[in-house]
Amino acid sequence: MSFKDLFVEYDWEWAKQKIYSARSIDVERALAKAGYLTPEEFLPLLSPAAEEYLPQMIELSRELTYKRFGRTIHLYIPLYLSNKCNNVCTYCGFSFTNRNLKRITLTPDQIELEAKAIKRWGFDHVVIVTGEDARDINVEYLSTALRILRKYFSQVSVEVQPLKLEDYEVLRREGMHAVIVYQETYNQKSYAEYHLKGRKRNFFWRLETPERAAQAQVRKIGMGVLLGLEDWRTDAFFLALHLDYMRRHYWQTMYSVSFPRLRPAEGFVGPKVEVSNKALVQLITAFRLFDADLDLVLSTREPPKLRDLLMTIGITTMSAGSRTEPGAYAIHSNALKQFEIEDTRTPQQVAEAIKQAGYTPVWKDWEMELV
Amino acid sequence: MKGDLVIAGRKFSSRLFVGTGKFGDHDVMVEAIKTSGTELVTVALRRMNLNDETPDDLIDKLIPLQDKILIVPNTSGARTAEEAVLLAELGRELLGTNWVKVEIHPNPRHLMPDPLETLKATETLVKKGFVPLPYVHADPVLCKRLEEVGSPVVMPLAAPIGTNLGMEMKTMLEIIISEGTVPVIVDAGIGAPSHAAEAMELGADAVLVNTAIATAGDPVQMAKAFKLAVEAGRLAYESGLPPTGKPKPTSPTDTFNLLDEVERIV
Repeated sequence: MSFKDLFVEYDWEWAKQKIYSARSIDVERALAKAGYLTPEEFLPLLSPAAEEYLPQMIELSRELTYKRFGRTIHLYIPLYLSNKCNNVCTYCGFSFTNRNLKRITLTPDQIELEAKAIKRWGFDHVVIVTGEDARDINVEYLSTALRILRKYFSQVSVEVQPLKLEDYEVLRREGMHAVIVYQETYNQKSYAEYHLKGRKRNFFWRLETPERAAQAQVRKIGMGVLLGLEDWRTDAFFLALHLDYMRRHYWQTMYSVSFPRLRPAEGFVGPKVEVSNKALVQLITAFRLFDADLDLVLSTREPPKLRDLLMTIGITTMSAGSRTEPGAYAIHSNALKQFEIEDTRTPQQVAEAIKQAGYTPVWKDWEMELV
Repeated sequence: MKGDLVIAGRKFSSRLFVGTGKFGDHDVMVEAIKTSGTELVTVALRRMNLNDETPDDLIDKLIPLQDKILIVPNTSGARTAEEAVLLAELGRELLGTNWVKVEIHPNPRHLMPDPLETLKATETLVKKGFVPLPYVHADPVLCKRLEEVGSPVVMPLAAPIGTNLGMEMKTMLEIIISEGTVPVIVDAGIGAPSHAAEAMELGADAVLVNTAIATAGDPVQMAKAFKLAVEAGRLAYESGLPPTGKPKPTSPTDTFNLLDEVERIV
């Protein structure tokens, strides 16, 4: 039994129709049980009918977040190690089709330099990011990177291509804290249209990645969909279905959900589906009502003003000072970037904004040595 | 969410399980069981005549019901995992079933189930090919640990056994139901049909009732009341209960302002 067995029983159009035909009373029923919902109970919160309940959803989300997390925002920074990639994905700057652009993979010495630069800003949690290039980015390379980074940071998470169970075990023993892997979209047909070449074409290998990571006893798993690829309401329902399966079967694992909206990138024409700011509010608050314990993540893809508001309604973790080209923090590589950043404030400016909003920026929240 | 209850490949149309203790009269017990519509009854092995030739009233009354009803021995009286496993093997010999309700309570006063011994016994019984139904505290982590050793169900208590106190452990039962991957059967403490309905409305897959039926003024009529309550509770759960609680005051202007501001940002 895996999530795949459950997933194939669901039909995208059926779910979509159910979301679009939800009524006010369905939304009210979900609001009354907020904090821990089944995917079916959660579904109406994604509906157009829920839009007029957004003020209540914001209030409830704030209340639940405050009760569970207090007034804290955790900070991390992505560390891009490589932009080499054999996949062709129509929305991504790293897509193999973007030829004649600078592709690099950081050497161990370069990783160390980047780590030192990041450390100076105060970070204690970094997320390693790479493209998918099996020759450069294999488990040995990632192990080396983890060994270097663990000298500087107590929390190192990994956002790379889906790996085998054994590989996750190796990386966990090297001190990897979390695995982050987004399904991008749960619509199989669209998935095939966005991912034209490379290993990423394998929808189900990706779908079962959180399970492999959990079986390897990775502490935390980050999930999400790329907003703008497909109908966001329906994608969010399938994400909830996936999360519910995970939290039932791998109950000792922590989970986070991110809300990445598609950004301009090299060779990308723009999102197929518009996801408005209001939609983002609906998504964030709906997921908080779905699960009061979930870590909700917002990256620098969003503009400063919006981030400052969203961190008060349910977000619990944010990145700051991010750059999406490998070697940007210290070695000034000028390499190809994955996408454009919108919040370009320094980590200190972001921390200041968090304090201004009445929250505490949390730089350190984990100690690998203790567990 | 909907559909029949299936445990270890066996389908149950009734979500009411009945215990056979404390009845004043065996004929009344049989009538009550029949009226309840139950398809699973439990019987304490320690109450059966095991070795001598004297006819066993209790079991003789139950055997004829076996076409429609699964008779499951329980290990009540066992104080350790070892004793429980031994009793399970005995029950298999006597009743020809590999189903067994695991009850281990070293504490004779309140009959509190021993979590550690119950986990151990369940693991052993699964390995030996039994279908164990472990009776435990409403402890969400223990229930997950039972799942992991292959338990086909979990049977958390609603309140101390025999107290008729109802859903005292509601908050914990809610967590168990929301996290579970195997059927949750609420066992012990259910003292009135309304308690059974409450458990079913919460999403429990079944309830087990004994004392409340056996010690009622009219056990047969009470069995019927429980049958209806369990059906009503399940139907309500499947239909989606309406929201409850006091209406919230309308949102303060600050959330409206926030929404306005969010929409203006480009």
